[in-house]
Amino acid sequence: MKTENQKAWFFVLPVLILVAFNALIPMMTVVNYSVQETFGDNLFFWEGLTWFENLLRSERFHAALGRQFLFTFLILIIEVPLGIAIAMSMPRKGIWVPFCLVIMALPMLIPWNVVGAMWNIFTLPDIGLMGYFLNHVLGISYDMTQNVFAAWVTIIIMDVWHWTSLVVLLSYAGLVSIPEAYYQAAKIDGASNFAVFRFIQLPKMKNVLTIAILLRFIDSFNIYTEPFVLTGGGPGNSTTLLSIDLVKIALGQFDLGPAAAMSLIYFAITLLVSWLFYTLMTKDDVRS
Amino acid sequence: MQKRSIVTITYIVFLLLPIYWLVAMSFKPTNEILGGFSLFPQTFTLANYKVIFTDPTWYWGYINSIIYVTLNTLISVAVALPAAYAFSRYRFLGDKQLFFWLLTNRMAPAAVFALPFFQLYSAVGLFDTHLAVALAHTLFNVPLAVWILEGFMGGVPKELDETAYVDGYSFPRFFVTIFVPTIKAGVGVAAFFCFMFSWVELLLGKTLTSVAAKPIAATMTKTASSAGYELGLLAAAGTLTIIPGAIVIYFVRNYIAKGFAMGRV
Repeated sequence: MKTENQKAWFFVLPVLILVAFNALIPMMTVVNYSVQETFGDNLFFWEGLTWFENLLRSERFHAALGRQFLFTFLILIIEVPLGIAIAMSMPRKGIWVPFCLVIMALPMLIPWNVVGAMWNIFTLPDIGLMGYFLNHVLGISYDMTQNVFAAWVTIIIMDVWHWTSLVVLLSYAGLVSIPEAYYQAAKIDGASNFAVFRFIQLPKMKNVLTIAILLRFIDSFNIYTEPFVLTGGGPGNSTTLLSIDLVKIALGQFDLGPAAAMSLIYFAITLLVSWLFYTLMTKDDVRS
Repeated sequence: MQKRSIVTITYIVFLLLPIYWLVAMSFKPTNEILGGFSLFPQTFTLANYKVIFTDPTWYWGYINSIIYVTLNTLISVAVALPAAYAFSRYRFLGDKQLFFWLLTNRMAPAAVFALPFFQLYSAVGLFDTHLAVALAHTLFNVPLAVWILEGFMGGVPKELDETAYVDGYSFPRFFVTIFVPTIKAGVGVAAFFCFMFSWVELLLGKTLTSVAAKPIAATMTKTASSAGYELGLLAAAGTLTIIPGAIVIYFVRNYIAKGFAMGRV
């Protein structure tokens, strides 16, 4: 049981100051910009909620948001089941376990722009391994700089390559925490493989899976560098996800007001969905 | 059993293929890369690596990255340790709200902060310093370190603290000489995650630097676009960025999952 102690605030003070400096001041800057118009020279004019109204009606924003939700949705429905399947097929003990763990964690340790560059090299139509194989061995016409479908498939496969291991590692940690006796009891009862999965393995993985889904949601929703390096948002605007569009407006066109309004809406959506996950997680904690 | 290993092996091959291609390309001269497809380097060359190790704009990129990543890891773990202790041992006014607020900073898209960070760190005179990037990365690393450490600390029985006080230990002495060594696995995992997320991040690192503290990731994008299609060089630089990660991962291999689960497996 935790004891009540208001002096604990002194322990969290350094964290509070550091994170507040990094989070509150920039956030106030964003709020400030979001209600003003600037023509440079530090001249600002009050705009009220104009940027928000424009943005909510803007087709460009709707399109980017739509692409972002589609991307995140595809990532979740591919990576989560795939990650569980791979975790279940991994060896539980023996000399191969550390080998598997290290290889699987490796993609997550590679700088994000290197991931993009690596996949760029890998998918070049005539000289990349995957591009050459598809075009010249399988005879499928593949060029992600020209074809929208190919570009989408490529960024999805890249993300699956990059982050499925997160789901694998977390599910695996849940699986190895199941005592051997559970499996023996299931065997005596004559339970099918599916029943073992449904009633023993899945409940044990539930907590770690919630965290995996939460992290995959946040990171795929905020993704910027990898698709930016790989496709540059193209062909056309077909892979311009929300962050890419935002950086284009803020740093490319220097439209501070609209970019700030977009930042706030973007953050609000991430926060809202994450809060839903968080409540679901803590609700389960209370029950169990 | 056979079918199971096939799934694992297929996945590992899938993970290794793009990495193999990057490494293979780093040993090829540029005209071989552009000349046509070859599965293995036909003319094996170390020229690409030689460029990186002899040109200061290249190798300083690595040094800069390592400096700010190390600084960030030290700062994040140092401030997170007492905070995590407070969250795991005490109830205090606003603790849950504060914890959730910390959590929200892990959710903020880096793109949202790019421009305000540029202005903030320019205003306080830290623009283009290693400290600026190290401090900016604490935005997502401090909350992460707090959760991970809090998870590990929750597993340490409170009796440990009480016994130490009975034995006449002061709090600072207990914390440094007994408590922190007890959760050193957790400290290692938290440090690993701070290292990882600071090492892989590019957007903020690029925005907050121009010359003096430019990270390797930014050096790569600039050189790649200005020098045209120097794929071999790009591949060599990319290969070298994998090595630090591969080294640190080996040390925490058994704790990675626990870290991702914020210590709550």
